[in-house]
Amino acid sequence: MPRLPLLLLGLGVLSATVHAGEIKFNRDVRPILSDNCFACHGPDAQKAKGNLRLDLRESAIKPAESGEIAIVPGKPQSSELIKRIFTDDTGELMPPPKSHKKLSAAQKETLKTWIAQGAHYEQHWGFTKPTRPDVPKLSGPLGNWVRTPIDAFIGARLQQENLSPQPQATKETLIRRATLDLTGLPPTPQEVDAFLADSSESAYEKVVDRLLASPRYGEHIAANWLDIARYADSHGFQVDSSRMMWPWRDWVINALNSNMPFDQFTVEQLAGDLLPSATRSQLVASGFNRNHRINGEGGIIDEEWRIENVIDRVETTGLTWMALTFNCCRCHDHKYDPITQREFYQFFAYFNDVAERGSIQGESNRSGGNPDPLILLPNAEQEKKQAKLKEEIKTAEALRDGAAKQLPSLQSEWEKEFSKQLEHDIVAWKRLEPTEVKSAGGATFTHQSDGSWLAGGTNPANDTYEITTKINAGQLTGILLDVLPDETLPNKSLGRGANGNFVLSGVEAEITAPTLPEPRVAEFTSAEASYQQKGWEVNLIVKDQPKPGAKEKKEKNKSGWAVDGNDPAKRQPRKAMFLCNPVEIPEGATLTIRLLHGSQFGDHNIGRFALSTTALPPSTVKLEGAKIPPTLRAALKADPAKRTPTQQNEITKFYRENTDNPLKRAEAAVAKAKKALDDFNATLPSVMVMKDLPKPREARILLRGEYDKPGDKVERALPAALPKLPDGVPNDRLGLAKWLVSPEHPLTARVWVNRAWERFFGTGIVKTTENFGSQADWPSHMDLLDWLACEFMQPTALPPVNGKPAQAWDMKAMHKLMVMSAAYRQAATVTPQSLEKDPDNRLLARGPRFRLPAEAVRDQALAISGLLVEKIGGPSVKPYMPTAVWDETSVYGNLRNYQADTGEGLYRRTMYTFWKRTAAPPTMLLFDSPSREICTVKLSRTNTPLQALALLNEVTYVEAARKLAERMISEGGATADDRIAWAFRMATSRKPAAEEISVLSKGLAARLERYKKDGEAAKKLITQGASKPDAKFDAAELAAYTMTANVLLNLDEVITRE
Amino acid sequence: MNCNDHCFSGLDSETRAALSRRTFLQRAAGGIGLAALGGLLQRSVTGGEGLAGFPNFPPKAKRIIYLFQSGAPSQMDLFDPKPEMEKQRGKNLPDSIRKGQRLTTMTSGQKSFPVAPSMFKFAQHGKSGMWFSELMPHMAGIADEFCQVRSVFTEAINHDPAITFMQTGSQLAGRPSIGSWVAYGLGSENKDLPAYVVLTSFGSGRKDDQPLYDRLWGAGFLPAKHQGVKFRNKGDPVLYLSNPPGVDRETRRETLDELGALNKKHFDTLGDPDIQTRIAQYEMAFRMQASVPDLTDTSKESKETLEMYGPDVKTPGTYAANCLLARRLAERNVRFIQLFHMGWDHHGGLPNAIKGQCKDTDQPTAALIKDLKQRGLLEDTLIVWGGEFGRTIYSQGALTETNYGRDHHPRCFTVLLAGAGIKKGLTFGATDEFSYNITEHPIHVHDLNATILHLIGVEHEKLTFRFQGRDFRLTDIHGELVKPILA
Repeated sequence: MPRLPLLLLGLGVLSATVHAGEIKFNRDVRPILSDNCFACHGPDAQKAKGNLRLDLRESAIKPAESGEIAIVPGKPQSSELIKRIFTDDTGELMPPPKSHKKLSAAQKETLKTWIAQGAHYEQHWGFTKPTRPDVPKLSGPLGNWVRTPIDAFIGARLQQENLSPQPQATKETLIRRATLDLTGLPPTPQEVDAFLADSSESAYEKVVDRLLASPRYGEHIAANWLDIARYADSHGFQVDSSRMMWPWRDWVINALNSNMPFDQFTVEQLAGDLLPSATRSQLVASGFNRNHRINGEGGIIDEEWRIENVIDRVETTGLTWMALTFNCCRCHDHKYDPITQREFYQFFAYFNDVAERGSIQGESNRSGGNPDPLILLPNAEQEKKQAKLKEEIKTAEALRDGAAKQLPSLQSEWEKEFSKQLEHDIVAWKRLEPTEVKSAGGATFTHQSDGSWLAGGTNPANDTYEITTKINAGQLTGILLDVLPDETLPNKSLGRGANGNFVLSGVEAEITAPTLPEPRVAEFTSAEASYQQKGWEVNLIVKDQPKPGAKEKKEKNKSGWAVDGNDPAKRQPRKAMFLCNPVEIPEGATLTIRLLHGSQFGDHNIGRFALSTTALPPSTVKLEGAKIPPTLRAALKADPAKRTPTQQNEITKFYRENTDNPLKRAEAAVAKAKKALDDFNATLPSVMVMKDLPKPREARILLRGEYDKPGDKVERALPAALPKLPDGVPNDRLGLAKWLVSPEHPLTARVWVNRAWERFFGTGIVKTTENFGSQADWPSHMDLLDWLACEFMQPTALPPVNGKPAQAWDMKAMHKLMVMSAAYRQAATVTPQSLEKDPDNRLLARGPRFRLPAEAVRDQALAISGLLVEKIGGPSVKPYMPTAVWDETSVYGNLRNYQADTGEGLYRRTMYTFWKRTAAPPTMLLFDSPSREICTVKLSRTNTPLQALALLNEVTYVEAARKLAERMISEGGATADDRIAWAFRMATSRKPAAEEISVLSKGLAARLERYKKDGEAAKKLITQGASKPDAKFDAAELAAYTMTANVLLNLDEVITRE
Repeated sequence: MNCNDHCFSGLDSETRAALSRRTFLQRAAGGIGLAALGGLLQRSVTGGEGLAGFPNFPPKAKRIIYLFQSGAPSQMDLFDPKPEMEKQRGKNLPDSIRKGQRLTTMTSGQKSFPVAPSMFKFAQHGKSGMWFSELMPHMAGIADEFCQVRSVFTEAINHDPAITFMQTGSQLAGRPSIGSWVAYGLGSENKDLPAYVVLTSFGSGRKDDQPLYDRLWGAGFLPAKHQGVKFRNKGDPVLYLSNPPGVDRETRRETLDELGALNKKHFDTLGDPDIQTRIAQYEMAFRMQASVPDLTDTSKESKETLEMYGPDVKTPGTYAANCLLARRLAERNVRFIQLFHMGWDHHGGLPNAIKGQCKDTDQPTAALIKDLKQRGLLEDTLIVWGGEFGRTIYSQGALTETNYGRDHHPRCFTVLLAGAGIKKGLTFGATDEFSYNITEHPIHVHDLNATILHLIGVEHEKLTFRFQGRDFRLTDIHGELVKPILA
């Protein structure tokens, strides 16, 4: 194989081409075939062109459709593949020019050599269980450099590439690096001092153990898991209203802080609900796969979006635990990896049974809420209240059952009474002869010959008429109001309004009697009118009617009944009836009726009216009289012994609905008690969880991945290229979770250790953290990856953390191992040699150096300034956000009109910031956070002027700078130089050089002078943010220091962990 | 921004290596000055702009102004006249036309699907005789500038997936938007402004209309630096652009000098080229603090110009004001300028609502095109006008003499193009007499996007990004160039 030019070698230090000697299929050949050939000659069997597959040796060495043999082992000259990749004939050339794929000369040579060497295949490493490689033994200076097995692997490779590691970073840099990496916050100067003062061998380990025990650890590690889990506080999609998933987020923090082993962490999140007698905590954990978006757009088809939910779970689970791109198989067999479309839907079947609707509708869609399945999360006190309310329901139900027993005898008495009534002509409405008619506002009433009353005298703005009369024993079920035109009224119409109209805004009726301890108030249930003005319908009165017992009444009812009384063509007598739940009237009772005129139209009082009442069953009463259903009449006439069941039912139903009876009252009490529980539950925190239907849904292959094109039926099963379900586990979601963390699984442990590596070293051992399939980037240290994966599952060398021996799947211990390594502890100094040869620092001949993640950028500023409020968990908070970020693009849902918190919510750790997916916190997006719409396992790391503007000008950073300035003045010493040095150390953990102090102090002096001249500007600057400076500070001085602190918080060294 | 892609970024390995050679040489020769750093970064970039090999051929358009009409304008009330429908008024949409195609659940439960002919009068305009309804007098006035494509179709029937599909080539979240793709492939031609700028406005036709989402201009899996920069209608046009109260430009310059000096010193110790990028970014931020206010300050626009855009132009955040800004962005060579105007979702009360929308957009759209033409910019600017799908010929809800509504319709809708590389005065594609199915030249969203990319010099199959082991592109594995509409 020809040597490559130096430059290429430098850039491609990790590519397969640099390895001289024997070709290794997985390292050297598979990437070429996978990238260039598999799309047409790969695992997607249906699409294999010319019946040739190059991913399978047996296919590649057999004659293809054309009769030619692609690969003749040992004989490149006879191999059609070689002919076709070297030809000049564009019609023959492979890959075809149309594909825009092109093999380099080196790649062609590699294929040729590989075939010459016998064309040996290997299974893709990602589908082969890792076996524990031997730890290399190093001698000489590198041997002394090694602190952990990790270093042996790293050192061996450095030796091979003729590179040597950097010396250990300074203690200041080291403690800052480890503290930021493990807790997301910088060390305090006291912590730095303690470390500097500790010259013991274990000084660094003590720091690491302390950090691993800090509650900040769980928060920091969780932040990345939230990106992966697409956690947010809104549903996403069009309406994007709020949801409550923070109890799940808090579960993650707690699990990480208590060092839950990763296998358990996995099982509880994927299938906590299926664990035997699952605890509340395990149910909450299962919320992982409910964090996906849920669509609530009007007009959507539920099933389409339920399928999307299921597919999101498949993709997220595949990506999170296996770094496999299952989503490629939604529509067809995978182009690169051995996963078929059928297998995709077999995997889909594990997640298809959630008792969900698929979309979010109704109130929850508009105003926020959690769609089913969910669990409530009352605290101990709330649980007590729940128990009490449940007890009240039981009591009410017992009373109801008792009442039901009494009912037959009551009913038979009523039947006799009612049947008697029916023998006579029924008069529905009985005109009232009031003993008194009063106006609250001083109007007078004249009794008319037809029994009606005409209002006169003053016409107050919003009058109330009170009518009192004696009433016979029996029951009250409704009131009829006749309104009549009169010559004396404006426009000769019905109302006293200047135009002749009126608006009746309310009707009240109550029965009083010496035998009654308190009045019985009629509860109106429906209303009907002979005519009603558009928009002023009579039933509005009933809807607005205050419920009996309600204290407050509406000051002014905007709605009400009006009759177009201003229209001369419509001056007709009008009727309105108001039906109520039957009210029992005792002997010697008085009825009081009030007519309310509370509309915004001041003088719209009724002019002339009459009132009637009825005692008939409400369902029989009409405006013009009564109507008893003939079938009921017939049923009542029939001999009770000979009634048909239908007849008996009709009578019972009629009786129950139309009389005031004990059962009806008891049922109302039960409903009230149940409502009280519902209302209380609605105030409790909840979280969406996994819960399967009792009977699994049928799963089918979806043709082209479309919900409405079902194909063959499939059952739950795992892809054949991956291990089988372990013995003794059920073939359900729980089994699937256990399968992922079984020792046979080739991917889970590798994926996890790789992601941990990326956290501490900037880039994963496999650079494509998001893909471990055939197209994965070749690992920079394959052996190390496998060693770490085996070590994670079965520890032999993992260090104890705070004295606790490492367990299997021990996340803290693995994190500790990584940060204890010599590779991690190196200085980040870049040498020309290492930059030239390994620009991305994959080989680690220098310490890793990269910008802090978005959360840590802000948290650090809050911490250094002293503004940070540390408190774990709880509802998400709303720090500063520029005006209208939520409102410029949406008028939908309940997440609009963002109001920043006023207290501690402004200064909590960034991971608690309220996350609306369609308009995410803007500074987070600027610093490369994903939108949290889908599972994201790898973030970009960019550097833009917009980031600079945010760090210079955003109020959070301006306020933090001022707070730091206050501390400089009060805690930093007496002179400007001392204060600068103090703050410099706060920000960077190290002491500044004289030159650095001088740059800053020169600037400070210049600004001090300027702000002294411009006191107004100084005052403006130092009053930014919700916290205000103490009056003891001189405004000009504080402003000058604020800008110096602003410089410090913007230093590359500060926003970078190095 | 000084982009050359890399100023807006973390460095890729190639640049990092190239940089290392230069910077170490210069350091060896006695160090480099702060001012030299920006230039150094600029020079260091292979291919000067965007990706090597892009544009793939000399482009017709240097920039794109995409006037997105969000909510889906009704094609048969604006561009695609169906006079025969008067005879069908109130009759049920024939099954032979509907062909069992799926409907949204807003109308799938309707007992009947009464045909609602457009209330608006249509006429032919210009030499080309292009049809416009009376609602679009100003655009009709420049009919010969447009190519009217009546046969675009999509796959989604709801707004969120449909608008996401138009913008990213996928109905689901996660893919980069078209502007991000262009910014990634071609970089910026402007040293003080982003490559992809987004402007939004609410419509007066339906004030409670469809929202927009970050993802519509998001970078998906591309590096986040390529996301569209949404200019804001209130406060700073670019987030955090202004210095805090009490900090003037002189003070800012002074602090940036301190910051630069300290960062430079740290670079001298550590040698990490990422520090140089950081320094350059702060300098660029400082330049933006001047260039953005200059961009948004329209006080020096002539009276004639302002009048051309109509009265709304003076109200920030309106479509008219955004059209004027679009011209100013185009003058500054911003690569991809996208306006989103909300309010086109007219399920009920369409006649009234669409009038409001047309009043918002008709005059400013025409003014933008005329303005660009006057300044010689139209010949290398591509204009696209369209929404995410069409609307149904049948009425949603009751049909009366003066009122009707229309539901979502993915099977055909009209998109207008103008400017660079577009055949002027062409009406292309056709629909059946119900404007329900396409009868001539169906153009899928991927075809439209492939054509837009082509006009800016990008072969859509070549602009790819490796993610999760696969080379992704805007047009997925589809997209055919629509050659007949190209000049």
